[in-house]
Amino acid sequence: MMKAGREAFVSGVVLAVASALAQPAAAQEPIKLGELNSYKAFASFLEPYRKGWELALEEVNAAGGALGRRIEIVSRDDNGNPGDAVRVAEELLTREKVAFIMGTFPSNVGLAVADFAKQRKVLFLASEPLTDKIVWDNGNRYTFRLNASTYMQTAMLVPDAARLKKKRWAIVYPNYEYGQSATRAFKELLKKAQPDVEFVAEQATPLGKIDAGAVVQALADAKPDAIFSSLFAGDLARFVREGNTRGLFKGREVFNLLAGWPEYLDPMKDEAPEGWYVTGYPWYGITTTEHRRFLEAYQMRWNDYPRAGSVVGYATVIAAAAAIRKAGSLDSEKLVEAMKGLKVDTPFGGIVFRALDHQSTMGSYVGRTGVKDAKGVMRSWKYADGAEYLPLDAEVRKLRPAE
Amino acid sequence: MSSIVIQLLNGLASASALFLVAAGLSLIFGVTRIVNFAHGSLYMLGIYCAYSLIGAFGVTAWSFWGGIVAAALAVGVFAALVEIALLRRIYRVPELFQLLATFALTLVVKDLALWFWGAEDLLGPRAPGLRGSVEILGSPFPEYDLVLIAIGPLLMGALWLLLNRTRWGTLVRAATQDRDMVAALGINQAWLFTAVFALGAALAALGGALEIPRQPAQLSLDIAAISDAFVVVVVGGMGSIPGAFLAALLIGEIKALCVAAGLSKLTLVVEFIVMAIVLVLRPQGLLGKPWETLRSAGSDVEALRPYGRASSAEAIVAVLILAALPLATTGYTLVLAIDIFVFALFAASLHFILGPGGMVSFGHAAYLGLGAYGAGLLLVKAGWPMEAALFAAPLAAAAGAALFGWFCVRLSGVYLAMLTLAFAQIAWSVAYQWDSVTGGSNGLVGVWPAGWLFSRTALYLLTLALCAGAIWLMRRALSAPFGYALRAGRDSPLRADAIGIDVRHVQWVAFTAAGAAAGLAGGLYAFSKGSISPDSTMAISRSVDALVMVLLGGVQTLSGPVIGAAAFTWLQDEIARNTDYWRACLGGTILAVVLLFPRGIAGALQARFGSKEDAA
Repeated sequence: MMKAGREAFVSGVVLAVASALAQPAAAQEPIKLGELNSYKAFASFLEPYRKGWELALEEVNAAGGALGRRIEIVSRDDNGNPGDAVRVAEELLTREKVAFIMGTFPSNVGLAVADFAKQRKVLFLASEPLTDKIVWDNGNRYTFRLNASTYMQTAMLVPDAARLKKKRWAIVYPNYEYGQSATRAFKELLKKAQPDVEFVAEQATPLGKIDAGAVVQALADAKPDAIFSSLFAGDLARFVREGNTRGLFKGREVFNLLAGWPEYLDPMKDEAPEGWYVTGYPWYGITTTEHRRFLEAYQMRWNDYPRAGSVVGYATVIAAAAAIRKAGSLDSEKLVEAMKGLKVDTPFGGIVFRALDHQSTMGSYVGRTGVKDAKGVMRSWKYADGAEYLPLDAEVRKLRPAE
Repeated sequence: MSSIVIQLLNGLASASALFLVAAGLSLIFGVTRIVNFAHGSLYMLGIYCAYSLIGAFGVTAWSFWGGIVAAALAVGVFAALVEIALLRRIYRVPELFQLLATFALTLVVKDLALWFWGAEDLLGPRAPGLRGSVEILGSPFPEYDLVLIAIGPLLMGALWLLLNRTRWGTLVRAATQDRDMVAALGINQAWLFTAVFALGAALAALGGALEIPRQPAQLSLDIAAISDAFVVVVVGGMGSIPGAFLAALLIGEIKALCVAAGLSKLTLVVEFIVMAIVLVLRPQGLLGKPWETLRSAGSDVEALRPYGRASSAEAIVAVLILAALPLATTGYTLVLAIDIFVFALFAASLHFILGPGGMVSFGHAAYLGLGAYGAGLLLVKAGWPMEAALFAAPLAAAAGAALFGWFCVRLSGVYLAMLTLAFAQIAWSVAYQWDSVTGGSNGLVGVWPAGWLFSRTALYLLTLALCAGAIWLMRRALSAPFGYALRAGRDSPLRADAIGIDVRHVQWVAFTAAGAAAGLAGGLYAFSKGSISPDSTMAISRSVDALVMVLLGGVQTLSGPVIGAAAFTWLQDEIARNTDYWRACLGGTILAVVLLFPRGIAGALQARFGSKEDAA
């Protein structure tokens, strides 16, 4: 009887202590963050992206959240349309009372939300839109961008392109901002590294509607030594298949932005191109501790392998939590100051959000494609640290409007 | 020289699939008069089904060709079921309402495909035995493309035989000419319609399935295919199968030659330029015959009576209540309401020409966009004050509408609709590609209103005042002699002409006025968002949204577009927030409205509560 009473007493004390410890987290409202993205319009990238950030959110909360509070993410579909995105962002701020917003995929949506963030003086962590303008020409105090930009990814391919000393280059790109910027950056950087280079053909194809046969024939007719492409997704698959059938790639070096992303490489299966220089994400080969931990957790949680989108989604939430912890507050101005120079550990290693232009130094993997076990893979790749592929600080200052 | 020959062959290969999709669309329209917006979805389903069917049996020549045929049949059966369950119930409702049903269907099919096949692109197998290439004039040319080049004319021949040498084909042609007469002669129309719809769908799916070695299955194919198919049908002449073939060839070849000539940027829009030229020079398309009007057209429309005092009072009370809304809330409701007002004005401006004017526009977003860009450019690039820029928005759009409208009012029916679409796409592509001025695909940012409008309440009240004022003006115009003249021109052009109404002139003025109203909506849209881009203002999807709003509300009432815009915007916002498969839910909701209220929401309310004063 006595013993039972003591046991009851002890367990009662334990319970009381436990609940007292849990009190601050339980009593306080969770921190709400807003996330918006074009989930339906760009599903092949954004489904893995969502899995990535959900995983990160679970990990962050398991580790106690931030400021002693749980983090909750309110996620919305912006319909791939800048006008709808601004309304959704407004809804997140006004109705859901989120502390700040993050996400977006296409450039025009990213830029519209960035300008909205500037207007409303609220932090916007742009995870994926690759447009250079979001941190440079249209950069603003409240907007930070995570993924390596079009310029950076292009710059990562230029050293190899210059090393090959090919004279005649042909270019093919999807006809919208991303393709145009990639083409402009590539021509500019290669010309600087190799002044005698000639650009003999340029094909701007409607996004998602490449007329692959005609484009391949037109490129072949220009008799280039090498090809630079920024095609992706379905356009890339069609281009590769037509190019293979028509022998376009025989004896020619090909460079293609993003073609090593599993999202775009895997659908081509055993027809993936051989020996192309690409930026990408060889998840099957990266052996760093950070990445191994991420890979295991991701596979355990989703029973699937990660895509590039998974890493971007994951890193977005990790960065958001880090910013809150560093700011020690949910005040927009303090969050913005915290984001400047914020160091974040991502599956690709440590990155920094530069105070100079709010671009993170997240890099990408650069290598050459091949086929292994009837699947496209990247070979002889290396990590290209984003910090090394940005223009000089003085040039960036000129590009970016004063605050 | 040899490269030109190869490019011509490339054009031929692309033309085959295009022809099949367009032929199906043309058949369906010819017989059922349904503008089948879901045709692109059927094409997409064709590719997906072929992918799965071929994959299920391992890739052999048998499974490859068998899978393609089976995919076409499966989609044909699916379409027959849709026709029986859905479309058959709404043949008798006003024209164009079926467009709303097929639009809803595209939303459902897209989410269904996402759910079943997943988000990743699926690249199908190459054709067994036709994987390689043959040497033509020194250039390798894919063997499969040669097969495609042959399939196009073969299937056209087969279709021609079916339509001209069989009894069933005779019935189809008879129904295309005069479906009431066919019914009077004792033909079971219902099954004829079902069969034609299934055949058209199977052709679309076949066109998709045959592309499987050239085109990965992906979820964006539906929209891409539908606009191409419409262009081909209209350029060739509605209802003409050889016309569709000729148009597919023409467009396939012109695109290939643009690429060859280093004019690849033009491929974004070249088919719409071709369509605009053809429609202006030869309004019935290359091989089309001048169109017989349907006997039932207009008979369903009730006469408009002057605006009663009761409904005026109701409208005034509604506006006053809305004006008091900021007293209750200054939250997100106001943001959503601003969107609703803008789209209500946009939809009302479309209804102005569509309902009383009888001119269907598939490209009304052009004027929303011109207004938005007019205001945005004057503010951002010319440094005008915001108020002046907003004032200029309707003027910019009216100028565009006057120019485009001058050509459009010379046509009627679907041809007119397609010419508006062509102009809208041309305007869109200019905004999309003219980087230095319009900001290209990114558009313009920093289009924020003046300081006194920073408060949400102020912007809300201004938007309410301008939208309500503009809608009121349009309603006034419709009950003025101008409105009567406009409706006379719609209901009986000959008689209107005989009593001295210059029908074209009246229509042109109406078109311009509607453009101005849409432009005002565009200006307000720009300032409420702070940014504009070609896709958010001028894309086809915006024009379709406006049509959907008008139809959802009901074409035959003046309050229809306002109610439709409110319902659509609110529903989309609400559903997208609460479910992942929001497109399917939205589509399902619209289908329910279509089946329950075949005259639109406002039409149903009116029938129920009996106020007839509102009818247009």
